[in-house]
Amino acid sequence: MTVGLFIPCYVDQFYPNAAIATLELLEKAGVKVVYPQRQTCCGQPMANSGFEHLTKDCNELFVQNFAQFDYIVSPSGSCVLHIKDHLHSEKHEDQAQGIRGKVYELVEFLTDVVKVEKLTARFPHKVGLHQSCHGQRGLGLAQMSELVAPAFSKPEQLLSMVQDLELISLSRKDECCGFGGTFCVAEEAVSVKMGKDRVADHLQHQAEVITGADMSCLMHLEGILRRQKSNVKVMHIAEILNAQEG
Amino acid sequence: MRMKEEHTKDHAALAEDFNQDEPRVNWHDETLWFIREKRDRAAFAIPDWELLRETASQIKFHTLSNLSQYLQQFEANAQANGMTVHWAADAQEHNQIVHSILQQHGVTQMVKSKSMLTEECHLNDYLEQQGLEVIDSDLGERIVQLAKEPPSHIVLPCIHLKKEEIGNIFHQHLGTEAGLSDPQILTETARQHLRETFLTRKAALTGVNFAIAETGEFVVCTNEGNADMGAHLADVHIASMGIEKLIPRRSDLGVFLRLLTRSATGQPITTYSSHFKKPRPGHELHLILVDNGRSVQLGREDFRNSLKCIRCGACMNTCPVYRRSGGHSYQSAVAGPIGSILAPNLDMKKHADLPFASTLCGSCSNVCPVKIDIHTQLYKWRQVIVKEGYADPKKAIGMKAMNLVLSSPNTFKLSGKAGRWFMKTVPFLVSNQMNPWYKQREMPQPPKESFGEWYRKNRPQHD
Amino acid sequence: MTSRERILAAVAQNQPALTPLPLVPSFQLETPDLVEKFSQVAVNIGSWVLEVRDYEEIQEILLQDFKAHHRIISHVPEVSSFADATALEDPQRHLLENVDLAIIKGHFGVAENGACWVTEDLLGVRVVPFICQHLAIILPKHQMVPLMHDAYEKIGDAEYGYGVFIAGPSKTADIEQSLVLGAHGPRTLTVFLME
Repeated sequence: MTVGLFIPCYVDQFYPNAAIATLELLEKAGVKVVYPQRQTCCGQPMANSGFEHLTKDCNELFVQNFAQFDYIVSPSGSCVLHIKDHLHSEKHEDQAQGIRGKVYELVEFLTDVVKVEKLTARFPHKVGLHQSCHGQRGLGLAQMSELVAPAFSKPEQLLSMVQDLELISLSRKDECCGFGGTFCVAEEAVSVKMGKDRVADHLQHQAEVITGADMSCLMHLEGILRRQKSNVKVMHIAEILNAQEG
Repeated sequence: MRMKEEHTKDHAALAEDFNQDEPRVNWHDETLWFIREKRDRAAFAIPDWELLRETASQIKFHTLSNLSQYLQQFEANAQANGMTVHWAADAQEHNQIVHSILQQHGVTQMVKSKSMLTEECHLNDYLEQQGLEVIDSDLGERIVQLAKEPPSHIVLPCIHLKKEEIGNIFHQHLGTEAGLSDPQILTETARQHLRETFLTRKAALTGVNFAIAETGEFVVCTNEGNADMGAHLADVHIASMGIEKLIPRRSDLGVFLRLLTRSATGQPITTYSSHFKKPRPGHELHLILVDNGRSVQLGREDFRNSLKCIRCGACMNTCPVYRRSGGHSYQSAVAGPIGSILAPNLDMKKHADLPFASTLCGSCSNVCPVKIDIHTQLYKWRQVIVKEGYADPKKAIGMKAMNLVLSSPNTFKLSGKAGRWFMKTVPFLVSNQMNPWYKQREMPQPPKESFGEWYRKNRPQHD
Repeated sequence: MTSRERILAAVAQNQPALTPLPLVPSFQLETPDLVEKFSQVAVNIGSWVLEVRDYEEIQEILLQDFKAHHRIISHVPEVSSFADATALEDPQRHLLENVDLAIIKGHFGVAENGACWVTEDLLGVRVVPFICQHLAIILPKHQMVPLMHDAYEKIGDAEYGYGVFIAGPSKTADIEQSLVLGAHGPRTLTVFLME
């Protein structure tokens, strides 16, 4: 099994540690991982702004980069959801369709495909889990609070395997953080207010670290935390699952 | 002064105004979240909730797929029941029909219960221009009417107002003591004031929650009893409904009445679910079937199922953006997520901002009792609005520039040291004090190397 | 072309391909004791619920709160000893303005939501259960259905000019979500469940 590692552009540029942790986690799970170096972006920022018609070139590039792999794995629910829902190719639609069916977000790949049962990680901190909407409601990483259906949470399943990690509970367990792609600047006031409210929920419950499966949401929350001069950190879930503290 | 036709500010600007008073935003958010929680408790008390939603969705979609036949069946049955059925192609025709019915009866004052359709048609403005008086009888609607504001929520019209403000409005208009803000006393005052209205009005207009094709009856749901007080005391009852309010069978009400109020307020059912089948002997019952863009929406494959909406407001209560921007920021009779997919059909240019007033979090679609894929439609409206040329031209240029870099791996890599290109180009990251990102948030700190650079050094075998 | 023709033509043109009308699945209420469930829900939504043996007991209960100076009306012959049974016609409906208590019969109750089904023939004048200050509904205790689906099955294709489910007293929470009973209609609803 060879996995093509799909690293969202902003993770590549700003959060290399999340990407490194993703790579190492997959390697530890015994998976052969290749990072296609000509990758750039999935096109979501344009598509969500109403410019899906401009994403054709990004799509073709994505197909070129990833069609060959058995699986495509990415540490971002949002980018994966975009590929699953909107990747098309005029030249190679069969390959695009194949990709839509074999692209996975990291957490679900670990729980559903690799079926990880234990981790060697240790992380002795109080951790708040931010359920990013696209991963949760789009990909079904966890049960949605609106639905009358049995509870489950793939990220919590993995976090529970981390030694000494204390997962805090939240008042609103799956409220959106307000990042929303270009929403974060187009609707700055509401975006920031939503982010502040999410941060406050985590702080009220004594989180030391806020984690999640989407670095974009965490980037937004981090921006607010740092502006508030808070000591609370954000970390991608891969970094915690790969942590070797103490 | 009611809602102006011309918009000078878009949703983002009005939301920014709303956010000037953060404690008030918190209050608004918490009030509506409280209703979302009540909805959750009501839904979770029914183990078959999701099956109920699916059934409702299928009944509504079936009805849309056979709407022309159901409309005719309903009309024939309603007429056989003794109602007078009118058809209005648009808002103006609807308003004219109401006016002419009132004129025929020499009525100059009308009492009206909640009808979002009449808000959509701006009926009150129209009738007032003709010299007629309309009094809204739903308490929340009466309050916003006195405040000369439009409702900010389809179920909770004055949810944006604090009780002290309502106390002031009552002091000004209904002569209550200054400073009085007790909801019990304010409600009692409104009761006395509106009872007088009910007893003296010769015409009453109500909305319609559901119309039944097989029986020709319609159902109106209220908690206050105001629709019934108006309709049963007046000589003439006018009921206005959008053509999408039909359902095929009386027994389908079993599905919809179980869902409607649980979704709306968390109550198991409204206090009154009134089934109007025949006019009172010797009196007139007029029913107006209104299109006003609905048949156009029916033809939009991606958006037609928005017509399944039963106006419960659950999507507003759950929407994190609505809760923090307020209903008036949408500048549409129906605000919130559902309003944002309905309004562009009515006027795409005027409401071009609404599909962007969302993070696409998807909570709206999950609470919707008829399973409208609201957030997917928001995404699709964005594509339509851009294609039709209603997007900001500056944004289009930026997007094209972004595409150029993102679709070309060499440019992407050459764009320099980690983060530099991003800082310049990706709209949410422009490193500039003027950039909205920076106003209340810090920028991510660029690392010493990108993941790509790290990979080339640390996994050279794959290079 | 009339608006009717134009609308119908546009709808016919634009409606999607016919999808089947689903059969409504058979939903069940988990609780077997319908009277208990009805009472519990009805009380939660602000009703008073009392189980009574006969009309005398109803009279006894109501006359604790309603005295000679109160205007009590009813269409129910069995309570005519203390309620004004004068037949009311629609033209006199405004005269009901000062009714303190109206006593009506209901056809049946719905356990899941505490609602009572009432039709015009039981009311005399439609506005009766709305205009009164207080409302009492007499329900046969054994006429209780579990869910709204069962309610409509029971109603079937019954003929009526007007029918209403009444669930609790008139209420509003429009002012800051504070629940106030007695919006425009009755301030209280008493449901008598009779053997």
